[in-house]
Amino acid sequence: MLKTPPQRVEPPLARQEPGPRGRRSLPWTSLFIIAAMVFVALFAPLLTPHSPIDQSLPNKLRPPFWQEGGTLTYPLGTDTFGRDIFTRLCYGARVSLLVAACALLVGGGVGLVIGILAGYLGGRVDSLLMRLVDAALAFPTILFALLLAVTMGQGLRTLVIAVSLILWARFARVIRGEVLALKTRDFIALATVHGCSHLRIMAVHILPNVLNTFVILLTLHVGVVILAEASLSFLGAGIPPPMPSWGLMVAEGRGKIASAWWISLLPGIAITLVVLAFNLFGDWLRDRLDPKLRQL
Amino acid sequence: MQRYIVQRFVQGLFLLVLVAAVVFFLGRLTGNPADLMLPEDATPEDRAALIRTLGLDRPYHEQFLIFIANALRGDLGESIRYRRPAVALFFSRLPNTLKLVPPAMAVALAMAIPLGVLSAVYRGTLLDRLAGVIAVLGLATPNFWLGILLIYIFSVQLGWLPSARMGGIRHYILPTITLGTFLVAGLMRLIRSSMLEVLDSEFVKLARIKGLSETAVIWRHCLRNALIPVLTLAGVFLAALVTGAIVTETVFAWPGIGRLTFEAVIFRDYPLLQAVVILDAVLVLFINLVVDVLYAYIDPRIRYT
Repeated sequence: MLKTPPQRVEPPLARQEPGPRGRRSLPWTSLFIIAAMVFVALFAPLLTPHSPIDQSLPNKLRPPFWQEGGTLTYPLGTDTFGRDIFTRLCYGARVSLLVAACALLVGGGVGLVIGILAGYLGGRVDSLLMRLVDAALAFPTILFALLLAVTMGQGLRTLVIAVSLILWARFARVIRGEVLALKTRDFIALATVHGCSHLRIMAVHILPNVLNTFVILLTLHVGVVILAEASLSFLGAGIPPPMPSWGLMVAEGRGKIASAWWISLLPGIAITLVVLAFNLFGDWLRDRLDPKLRQL
Repeated sequence: MQRYIVQRFVQGLFLLVLVAAVVFFLGRLTGNPADLMLPEDATPEDRAALIRTLGLDRPYHEQFLIFIANALRGDLGESIRYRRPAVALFFSRLPNTLKLVPPAMAVALAMAIPLGVLSAVYRGTLLDRLAGVIAVLGLATPNFWLGILLIYIFSVQLGWLPSARMGGIRHYILPTITLGTFLVAGLMRLIRSSMLEVLDSEFVKLARIKGLSETAVIWRHCLRNALIPVLTLAGVFLAALVTGAIVTETVFAWPGIGRLTFEAVIFRDYPLLQAVVILDAVLVLFINLVVDVLYAYIDPRIRYT
């Protein structure tokens, strides 16, 4: 297959390579999916007449409308308790977005602070903090998340802390790198000469300059967080039933896969689509704002 | 070299104590761990007796020392559900996970290496884009759902493969693919970018000037060097593998330590979960240590930094 090698005429990597995914117009498909998810989450009670929680056993295990036995009353079918899948998907979008927002703020915020501290203070603080970051990245943090769920009990608070545990190290590492580069710049030296305290330099001179990167990191991690939330819910360590969460819905339909595929497979498609959309949008934003972060 | 190994070992030990401390204090953060360890129908007398035997009425630092001492003696408590020592339970399940991991790794590498290498060599072509799409899709698909989808297609619809539990070679196919694809996207991206870097280096030009065939240049000279970053990140991939094993074994009812972790969570079997977390940490740290040493052996530059 490689007998006739392609002539390598591309520019060397050192030059700014736009690459196959270089300058692109807005990722409309991704934006549409994200907008649809936000819309559905915001207006869930208006979009559907059913309750996401109340059971209706006579209507259990209805297939989606395009299959025999399905009706448009339950467009995507019902689960083992007769709850409408579409309704639960809408309300599940709320849970996903809420957890994503909270976890990104908490985990990303902690990572931001630690990254700035490590990068700016350097020395022992830096090496200690980075050891912790390395350890956190090489340790299956999901184990701590599961442990939390068992000790603190399931719920939104536990879930946010658990997902934050997975996030903070990734943020801290990238932000620290940025801060290290910033630290050598003249304006930081000038601020020091001017007599600014360390705290002031970090808050007023460093922080605004890493916000750009921070926002990119936030966007790139929405998908990660949604996946983490779904995995934890799937493993019985997320939002407690009967509250709908996409991961939980996949878990609930697992035993019925042979007779009612829609219970499990439809929420999975929702997860994949949304994560895909957020990832592509994050990629686009990164390429647009800060192509040097491409290796993330 | 010896100094390096000792240094890494001490670091690993420190991290292990850290993990033990986190596990220990998490259990105490939210109340008395005795409540987490007792079955639901326990009487107050049972509770008082357990608190006394576990030493939970003593000061925290003393309790922590007892906890560590017991752990060193291989005693991490007893599973509530199975009424067996948690450590024994862990080691009885471990072999099943170890049977699943190597084929999954093989699947992951067999997909990631060719795709990563080819998409770097044919950068910008249709093949590269196709590989890019696979990577993007792979990163977005939840693994637990992929497993269920595979069961639906190959067990329910086609009836070709068994959907759960261990057995003959056919039982391995779906779990192996599910666990393997967990790593493919990340591995592939990493190999592609490090391949791009290597393809641009001086020694590759030299190899070409020497008149080596393109196949030899790419697969012998470039790939070897491109795999070094993969080894550097072996720890991260290992962590992902543990996570993937929990999910995969849960979906396929595979009786390994991942499934054991899941059972500990859903049955709220706190002592078991605590033991699994600590033993997983030991395992992960040990493998990381081995990788670090191997790495220093392969690439002598590491030892002196």
